[in-house]
Amino acid sequence: MNTRWLRSPEAAVAVVLVLAGLLIGAANPAFWGWGNLFGLLRSASVSGIMALGVLVVLIAGGIDVSFPAFAAAAMYLSVRAVADWGWPGSVGFMFLLAAGIGLLLGMVNALFVHSVRLVPLIVTLGTGAVVRGFLLGVVGTSVVNVGRMPPDAVAFGRLALVGWEANEGRVQLSVVVLVWAAAALGVHLLLRLTVMGRGLYALGGDAEAAKRVGFDVRGLTYLAYGLAGALAGVAGMLHACVAWQASPREFIGLELDVLAAVVLGGASIFGGRGSVPGTVLGVLLLVLVNNSLILLGVPTTWQRVVVGAILVGAAGVTAMRERGRRPAASITAGA
Amino acid sequence: MHRADSGEVVLAGTAHGAMTPREAIAAGVQVIYQDFSLFPNLTVAENLAAGQDLGSRRWLLNRGRARRAVAEASARLGVTLDPDAEVGSLPVAGRQLVAIARALLADVRLLVMDEPTTALTHQEVARLFQLVAGMQARGIAVLFVSHKMREMLAVADSLTVLRNGRVVAEGPMAEFDEARITRAMTGHEPGSVRHAWTPPPAGTPPRLELRGLTVPGEVADVSFSLMPGEVVGVAGLLGSGRTELALALFGMRPGYAGQILLDGRPVELRSVADAVAAGIAYVPEDRLTEGLFPARTIDENLLAASLDRQGGPTGWLDAAAGQRAAAGAIHDMAIATPSGDRAVSELSGGNQQRVVIGRWLLTRARVLLLNGPTVGVDVGSKAGIHRTLRELARDQGLAVLMVSDDGPELAENCSRVLLVHRGRLAGALEGDALTDSGITDRLRALT
Repeated sequence: MNTRWLRSPEAAVAVVLVLAGLLIGAANPAFWGWGNLFGLLRSASVSGIMALGVLVVLIAGGIDVSFPAFAAAAMYLSVRAVADWGWPGSVGFMFLLAAGIGLLLGMVNALFVHSVRLVPLIVTLGTGAVVRGFLLGVVGTSVVNVGRMPPDAVAFGRLALVGWEANEGRVQLSVVVLVWAAAALGVHLLLRLTVMGRGLYALGGDAEAAKRVGFDVRGLTYLAYGLAGALAGVAGMLHACVAWQASPREFIGLELDVLAAVVLGGASIFGGRGSVPGTVLGVLLLVLVNNSLILLGVPTTWQRVVVGAILVGAAGVTAMRERGRRPAASITAGA
Repeated sequence: MHRADSGEVVLAGTAHGAMTPREAIAAGVQVIYQDFSLFPNLTVAENLAAGQDLGSRRWLLNRGRARRAVAEASARLGVTLDPDAEVGSLPVAGRQLVAIARALLADVRLLVMDEPTTALTHQEVARLFQLVAGMQARGIAVLFVSHKMREMLAVADSLTVLRNGRVVAEGPMAEFDEARITRAMTGHEPGSVRHAWTPPPAGTPPRLELRGLTVPGEVADVSFSLMPGEVVGVAGLLGSGRTELALALFGMRPGYAGQILLDGRPVELRSVADAVAAGIAYVPEDRLTEGLFPARTIDENLLAASLDRQGGPTGWLDAAAGQRAAAGAIHDMAIATPSGDRAVSELSGGNQQRVVIGRWLLTRARVLLLNGPTVGVDVGSKAGIHRTLRELARDQGLAVLMVSDDGPELAENCSRVLLVHRGRLAGALEGDALTDSGITDRLRALT
């Protein structure tokens, strides 16, 4: 059992992540400082939560590129509701509202994918564009900046799990990491321990077989896309709490980074494969790469080149891995 | 899976109208499909547990339960199933066993089996029939959908024959024999044939000759020759290396050792392109996933291997030439279709198999390798395909190597049958000794 894990994509990403860390740490010892590590975790959290949603949809055999728009919409609408339209301003309520908006939007995706039987890529491209356009055109383009941000949200974003004073200033582990960890644990348990989670893998493995075995394909589709939408909403709200502003133009282009991270973590574009540990590692690795590029002074356009190359490369490795699965002698004609 | 337009199904005295799969399963119906409907990305244990978990309406998975399911299934079937093996990596026969195991583990009252033994060899089939008998003893009804008459005669209590969607014969098994069944299925008399092969003039080099062919782990030191016009069979048990032998001849084992000669000249078959260029053709075990492009048209499937002949000097495809070639193949192979423009997935199994064979004939192949050429094909089409293969061998001097598990098929069509065991040649049968029971006896003696 152990050797099998070593050959898994998750193990490969873990190894690369450790190696990258060692390399960067060798070049710049400050890398291993708590302040830097906590900072990396914090910057990974928002896309990390979105990545969990994308993972679930990929496992189920679909794909979702609408989540940045849904995240922005959920975040912006929730913040505007409290800041400008007088809705109750508790953090819990805002997160619930954002998750709810994301969930509803995700279920629209599921409707088109399942009942209308459209190709998921096309559906989510379309819904993402519609939501983004609606947000900018109808709701408005005014950015809610720190002055107008609901104070509860700002306070939440400042929360730290642990913190101490160090030479360079205050070092603390932000609460966003806890939200990511909780979401990751939840999705992990769903995928590993529940029949529904197994159903998602089954659906991605062979949709027709899933139907025949009796899985509720409609329910699973709504679960996958709805969960992705809800997680995007939570991620968006989290970002607003930490950035202390809510802009309807947020997250544009993020689908590339998140998708690259999920595929890097071992999820298959074809469906039926992937795991939460892998996705978490993939997100961390991608954040690490992006961070290093920034520190090296590489312009943002080249960062896109690198991330795009990682996406294609990682997807290529997954595809080769799938093709390389040859019939093994795991049945021995019996006693 | 297909909702009925009218009529009803009465299960254990309860009438049901159109049912969903879940309703059918809840009523105790389990179906083992021809394509198995397994999840290739999940392990054996996960596949076996899937049906059970859904049936029991549980929320949480239980790994222990899944592993116990595998152990139970292994015991019942008499094979050793590796619970952690990914089903997608199993060969066809292995996947079929998992599919059967999954259905057996459910709380089944009516088990429908659609061509369950196509990829199973004699031992597994015997074991399966023991299981069926055991299930019958426990009051489970079994519906066996099959083309293998010998099996039906051996295991069934009663028979219903369908043709073109209608019931044409039914009754207790005792009232049927092979001839009556064949007549009901095809509407005409069965032919009893033996392939007559006249050896070519002395001194003709063998069309295909193997000297010490070895593929590490699969085939060991195999030597034989195939003359033009000969139809030679290859028989062996599960895992004997019979498929790997054919694959090696088709360039799919580039690491092979030993010599392969075509018409006396040595050739290197390190890729499929090498094999096709040398004039070797291979009709695979599983036409749906290895042979055809299901969404494409019949013409496109027929022309797929010979597109290089369809191009002019500029490289553009000559559509008219292609159409002519495809139409010719449809006619020569007697493919029953009003037009070549239909999707190949709409054809019956027998016609689909003819498309695969026809495709290779358009490449002017000189050696035809067949693996299970009439798997899942009904009796009438089977006879037709056999007739076509024998004619091709006789009239075009094609050398045919037929790997098959179907004893009567080998006995009727081959002048010689080679036996393969653990990757080696373990004997041959020809002449009067070449009968279905002869093959079965010799194979059983090998274990």
